[in-house]
Amino acid sequence: MSNEKKVEKGNKNFLSGLFRQQIFIPIAALIILAIFNLIADPSFFKITLGYNSAGDPVLSGYLMTILDYGSELAILAIGMTLVTAASGGQDISVGAAIAIAGSVILRVLCGTNSRPDTLQAPIIVAFLVACVVAMLFGAFNGALVAYFKIQPMVATLILYTAGRSIAAWINNNELPIVSDPTFSYFGGFIPGIPIPTPFFIAAVCVLVIFLVLKFSTLGLYTQSVGINENSSKLNGLNPTFIKFLTFVILGLCVAVAALIKVSRLSSINYSVIAKDIEMDAILAVALGGNSLSGGKFNMAASILGAYVIQFLTTTLYKFDVQSDALPAYKAVVVILLVVLSTPKVREWLSAFGKKLKQGKAVKEVG
Amino acid sequence: MGKKLKNMTDTNLLLTITIVVFFVMYIGAIVFQGKGFLKPQTFFNILNANAALIILSCGMSLVMITGGIDISVGGVVALVSMSCAVYLDFGGGNVFVSMLLAVAIGLAFGIVQGFLVAYLDIQPFIVTLAGMFFARGMTTIVNTKPFNVASESFTALKETRVIVPGMGSVNKLGNYVNAYVEIGVIVALLVVILMFIMLRWTKMGRSFYAVGGNNQSALMLGINVKRTKFMSHLLCGLLAGIGGYVYFLHVGSGSASHASGMEMNAIASSIIGGTMLTGGVGNIIGTFFGVLSLSTIQNIVSSAGLDQAWWTGITIAAMLCLFLVVQSVVIARKKKMLQK
Repeated sequence: MSNEKKVEKGNKNFLSGLFRQQIFIPIAALIILAIFNLIADPSFFKITLGYNSAGDPVLSGYLMTILDYGSELAILAIGMTLVTAASGGQDISVGAAIAIAGSVILRVLCGTNSRPDTLQAPIIVAFLVACVVAMLFGAFNGALVAYFKIQPMVATLILYTAGRSIAAWINNNELPIVSDPTFSYFGGFIPGIPIPTPFFIAAVCVLVIFLVLKFSTLGLYTQSVGINENSSKLNGLNPTFIKFLTFVILGLCVAVAALIKVSRLSSINYSVIAKDIEMDAILAVALGGNSLSGGKFNMAASILGAYVIQFLTTTLYKFDVQSDALPAYKAVVVILLVVLSTPKVREWLSAFGKKLKQGKAVKEVG
Repeated sequence: MGKKLKNMTDTNLLLTITIVVFFVMYIGAIVFQGKGFLKPQTFFNILNANAALIILSCGMSLVMITGGIDISVGGVVALVSMSCAVYLDFGGGNVFVSMLLAVAIGLAFGIVQGFLVAYLDIQPFIVTLAGMFFARGMTTIVNTKPFNVASESFTALKETRVIVPGMGSVNKLGNYVNAYVEIGVIVALLVVILMFIMLRWTKMGRSFYAVGGNNQSALMLGINVKRTKFMSHLLCGLLAGIGGYVYFLHVGSGSASHASGMEMNAIASSIIGGTMLTGGVGNIIGTFFGVLSLSTIQNIVSSAGLDQAWWTGITIAAMLCLFLVVQSVVIARKKKMLQK
């Protein structure tokens, strides 16, 4: 008898513990979406092995799309989580920064001729140059936020407007096309491997960030700066530099995402590339249960959040929602999430829950 | 000079900088770009093209003075112009009702965003970012393709010109051409005057400054902080609706890509006009001059032959960046002087 009770109690603790876990939110969202799709149309989960035009085996299906496109979002979510945690604001210029970095990659690869037959520089060189440029723009944002104390979202608004213009300017508004097939591997498939390459790139990034968080003080310092800037200063940290650093790291993430983005098309469209991706990246952080006003963060939850967002996007696409109309639905999701996570609404909900419980208890007694 | 600077309020200091910058810029334009800028009509054309922006910037300044921000205004303008266009052409509607529709859309955005920001304590940027995406998405849902409005009574209103006496000029053929402004400009000027009066002499206007300057002390003074924040967002939404209709009146069409980046221009104008992002400092007259400075520099850029689309974006961003930095430096220096 007592044993049974213990088990029951253990179960309850386990359940409530799960509810309290931050990663519970994205998992729950994922399960809800999965069930919704399962009911609406089970073929959503079908994965077929086919061959692409080059004769290499590729896996295709909605799930693969999610894995594919969710990966670039996951890479951005890594940087965005750090920026959010340290500065209590978000970088809304990531889409524009991707356009710049992508434009730089193509500029280096194509040289002065916009349609070369051979690559003018090795891909790795182009990527490294893009990394440096993206980190410089990250540093620009970071300097405005950290040294001039401008709100992050307003500071990044500058690059948000100018970014796509700068990207067009880098290539003289031409649309360079890379014809070399190896360049398309980064956003597509490596011959012989049926899983999309972006997934592997994201996996490497995730591995790196986890090692960094585990073996360096980056995670601890960003959180303490986000929680209380003044007290971390008194404890000998340099909040200005840490904020600055998070923006530079986000710049690096942007460069990686840009490589995937331009590789998909082997070309670029300045006004469309990575459009509205800043919204998705912020959503991923919010869906991961991280406070958008800074402080503690959970990297795994953010990364999972990114894939859940892509799941939502793919689901909406499947139901023939136009790509231009997508933001409207996502905006509703953001608002719902943010409203649910505000302390006031939480208090109301828990008070409501208690009332329900009490009502039940009264009934049982009665 | 030092003493005078010390005695000036932040608002007046930044306002002075703005007005000086505008006149320097306009005189520079006359000197370097030739006679075009000397004609009154050039100036009126700047007003005609930017009437909507003036209205939006006024709303933006109100929100920024209370310490918030609203980046949904551009999206609201697009939604208003698309909804009104669809209503006028497919609903066979009358012009007056379309105006009401515009105001209603603006008010709805203002109320919802104001409620979320003021009463649920959510960051204004997140709320209005969602609002912007929602408005843009809804615009596409209302109608995908851009189209021109054919409604006759609307076109008549759109073509109405208000002649400014004594400002005309003689054209190449030797005929006297009257200088004119569109109806939108009249509306914009009215809004500027009303908002100026509201901010300077009414209880609500003063509480905007108090809340933006310091939340806590405003609360201790007995100001209803939440209601003030709510009102600022509500007014901003209302002005976005009105501005949207003025914009619609100017372009006469509905399109999902209308007013893209307009929120950015409104924020930039407010900042150039001396409104501080941190709240508590700002002036509607400054905002008005901010819009004029911004559009003058755009005119200079395009008449200097740098007509490619990207130059506009880059110049606005550069100007915004410059003014943000100037603001933070000026205020920091003033603080130091006061401490001495």
